[in-house]
Amino acid sequence: MTVQVLRGGTIVDQAGERRGDVAIDDGVIIEVAESIEPPLGSEVFDASDAYVLPGLVDLHTHVREPGREEAETIETAARGAALGGYTAIVAMASTTPTMDSPSIVRDVLAIAEGAPCEVVPSAALTVGRNGELLTPMGELAAMGVRIFSDAGRGVQDPALMWRIMEYATGLEAITGGQPIVLAQHCEVEALSAAGHMHEGEWSNRLGMAGQPIEAETLMMMRDITLARRTGARLHFQHISCAESVELVRQAKAEGLQITAEATPHHLTLTHAECASYDPVFKVNPPLRSDDDVAALRAGLADGTIDAIATCHAPHEPHTKEFPFDQAPPGMLGLESAVAVALTELDLPITSIAGLLSWQPAAIAGIDDRHGRPIAAGEPANVCVIDPNETWTVRGTEMASRSHNSPWEGRELRGRVRHTILQGEFVVTQGEATR
Amino acid sequence: MVDAHMRSDSNAETATSSNPIGRSSGRFVARTQVLSVDDVARATRRMAHEIIERNHGLDRVVLIGMERGGVPIAEALAKALLDIEGIDVPLGSVDVSFYRDDIGTARIVPEVTRISFPVEQAHVVLCDDVLFTGRTVRAALDAVTDFGRPSTIQLAVMVDRGHRELPIRPDYVGKNLPTSRGESVNVSLDGVALGTMVHDEENIAE
Amino acid sequence: MKDLLTIDQLGADGINEIMKAADSFAEVCQRPVPKVPALRGRTVASMFFEDSTRTRTSFETAARRLSADTLNFSAASSSVNKGESLRDTVETIEAMGVDAIIVRHRSSGAPQQIAKWASASVINAGDGWHAHPTQALLDVYTIRQEGRSFEGLRIAIVGDIRHSRVARSNIEAFSALGAEVTVVAPPTLLPPHVDALGAKVSHDIDAVLAETDVLYLLRMQRERMDQALVPSLGEYHRAFGLTPNRASRLADNALIMHPGPMNRGVEISPEVTDDPRVRVLNQVTNGVIVRMAVLYLVLSSAAAERSAS
Repeated sequence: MTVQVLRGGTIVDQAGERRGDVAIDDGVIIEVAESIEPPLGSEVFDASDAYVLPGLVDLHTHVREPGREEAETIETAARGAALGGYTAIVAMASTTPTMDSPSIVRDVLAIAEGAPCEVVPSAALTVGRNGELLTPMGELAAMGVRIFSDAGRGVQDPALMWRIMEYATGLEAITGGQPIVLAQHCEVEALSAAGHMHEGEWSNRLGMAGQPIEAETLMMMRDITLARRTGARLHFQHISCAESVELVRQAKAEGLQITAEATPHHLTLTHAECASYDPVFKVNPPLRSDDDVAALRAGLADGTIDAIATCHAPHEPHTKEFPFDQAPPGMLGLESAVAVALTELDLPITSIAGLLSWQPAAIAGIDDRHGRPIAAGEPANVCVIDPNETWTVRGTEMASRSHNSPWEGRELRGRVRHTILQGEFVVTQGEATR
Repeated sequence: MVDAHMRSDSNAETATSSNPIGRSSGRFVARTQVLSVDDVARATRRMAHEIIERNHGLDRVVLIGMERGGVPIAEALAKALLDIEGIDVPLGSVDVSFYRDDIGTARIVPEVTRISFPVEQAHVVLCDDVLFTGRTVRAALDAVTDFGRPSTIQLAVMVDRGHRELPIRPDYVGKNLPTSRGESVNVSLDGVALGTMVHDEENIAE
Repeated sequence: MKDLLTIDQLGADGINEIMKAADSFAEVCQRPVPKVPALRGRTVASMFFEDSTRTRTSFETAARRLSADTLNFSAASSSVNKGESLRDTVETIEAMGVDAIIVRHRSSGAPQQIAKWASASVINAGDGWHAHPTQALLDVYTIRQEGRSFEGLRIAIVGDIRHSRVARSNIEAFSALGAEVTVVAPPTLLPPHVDALGAKVSHDIDAVLAETDVLYLLRMQRERMDQALVPSLGEYHRAFGLTPNRASRLADNALIMHPGPMNRGVEISPEVTDDPRVRVLNQVTNGVIVRMAVLYLVLSSAAAERSAS
């Protein structure tokens, strides 16, 4: 194969930041040095004024296929992900049919073959995500599934959740000691189901039924209590409020095996956006207050929150042209996440890269190939990001089949220049090439 | 809410300094004083005599002032009629906003129409300050006839400035005043002046 | 003002302007032929996604007295049930050529969404729990008609504040005009973050009666019982209903108002409905007058904005 050289970039990985060139051959990083003389016949790619990072990893993508291909397909989600700098996305089980059996997981893997981003299937905790019966977690774990989640729904029944936790801890015999991660969408539906936005002064002014933060925190408290008892490995999805950050902080201080993610939208937008009644700002959990945004950012800064995950939730355009309370919740995220982080978050690039790459890779159990250091001998899953290029978000210009970006029309700073998947340039100069 | 457009009608010329809500914007700058306060009083008294003469007295005569500029004219005529004949004729007012043929070209908050007497069989004298295109009078005819069927409707104006767009003529005129379309006429009981409307932006430009 | 969506957009000046225009239409409504040609040739569509015969009739009467053509789209029973999006429905109606759309919708914010998509003027005839601006305007007109000044006027709004668009719009209107508004309800019928309403809060109607100039009773929806917000209508009536005893403690010149229809025996005892201080029928009459003013001002200014641009 032809040697490819990324020239003049700032390398960012677990070891920090440094200037250097990176040579890739046959899917592997073959050399990293301050200056590499490109061998004869090699291709040189410009990385000057740009960061060279391990490819990003998203813990939370609703791929919609199978079942709702009009909103998104595995291929379009993967292409959007590649354009967003991702080399791996964890596909949520919120498909139709639900990814709750080996055969459907196998189907998804087959469809994802050749996609411009590795699609890592998760599986549901309960059959049909109905919160009643356990999925065949052992069989699924044996196929390599490491993350289980009812994606978009929390397990309501505490007895069932307890049993799931107990059962999961026994599966490490199958996984060779790798933990089974139980990713919970924390929401007590009895408290939230009638609501459509954060319960606060805006829901009051707008005359909208609210979703109280207690819908999230009560289930977190329950699961932390059960994790303490069972020793299960829990991951809290898209935590959205200050109280949740504090619960995770305390659980970690106690030594529980708990991780948490936050989304770009919960880190940057508030319930005030709902004043437009534009359902593009409807999401679950809902956008919350300024104080919550500040607390989530503090949680990123002090390591309480382990990952930024998109909760990429495409909805075909006309579904967002219903009244707010009738429209489905969810926002696009893959193509804008790193730019939102660079534009809005006051964090060093190594922190941002950790939150978007190697920390989620570890949670997903794919840190053998993603989120690796930029070093000779490592798999070439890499992205190159120009932190200074600005661009304006246009849903219609995205790879996604849907357009529901809450940053529509906003100017963001930071653009993905190249994405390299197993040594292949799937995005070159900002254009998808696979 | 001040109208941003010049209206092709008499009200546009009555930029009384008090409260030009919904009427023409800008500021009236006088060039020529046409009638003095005494001239206006004399013209009013003459028109009152003509009304009495034409109607053989004041039996069934009512005065209706057209909002806003015509109302003080009607009041002055009523006072003159009382002085001359000792009769207090019924006095009302009509706002023609709802009858205009150009609703929507400007936002107007209407005045309340006050016609508390029957117009059926009456000799209605519509009063206005300036007669220009005739469109306001056309609207006023519709408005008044919505209250009943008068025997006659007559028209009294302090100034007739020409440029009619409809077949309407006044029965009583204080002063015939030839004007160009771009000019403005300012009428009050204090006098009549010819001049131009100056908009604030233009004012700054001066 | 292309659209009328909330009271907040008007402010005190906007409310007073509508009141002034309403005086003109009150005169029109007293004529032998209560009709003017002001909106001749204009088409006003009522789109009621939620049934409300009273409000729809009031608006249509107002439109007809202005000589507008009316078009009635009863969305509750139309293609909306077939999965058509709100935008599709609105674009369909607009394609028929309408100048104003009067919207009643179960969902908060629907009129605001429609206003974004439609070039016609949109008038909110009540959306979800959010706003009912013409109700607030007719209530202001009714109080003003009594010669009462709003400055310092003590108004108590009693009932299900939490789920009430009438309460939200009326608090905005009354407060903007300088009245002191107190909301009276059990905590379960007050919205969370009640402070954001900008009104005083009481859970005890008996404590506020003596210091109330206007007692505004809200309709108690029976379905609230299912949500365990109050134990029973009987208990609600005993604790918050306007009984003859409570009415006797109201000042002689106090006003009793209700947006209708009244639940006799729930928010008001049957004996009190005939109290001379009750203004419910004036509210209905004034509804037509105020809606004439709103239609006239919205349509005349919308056209003015178009001709200016």
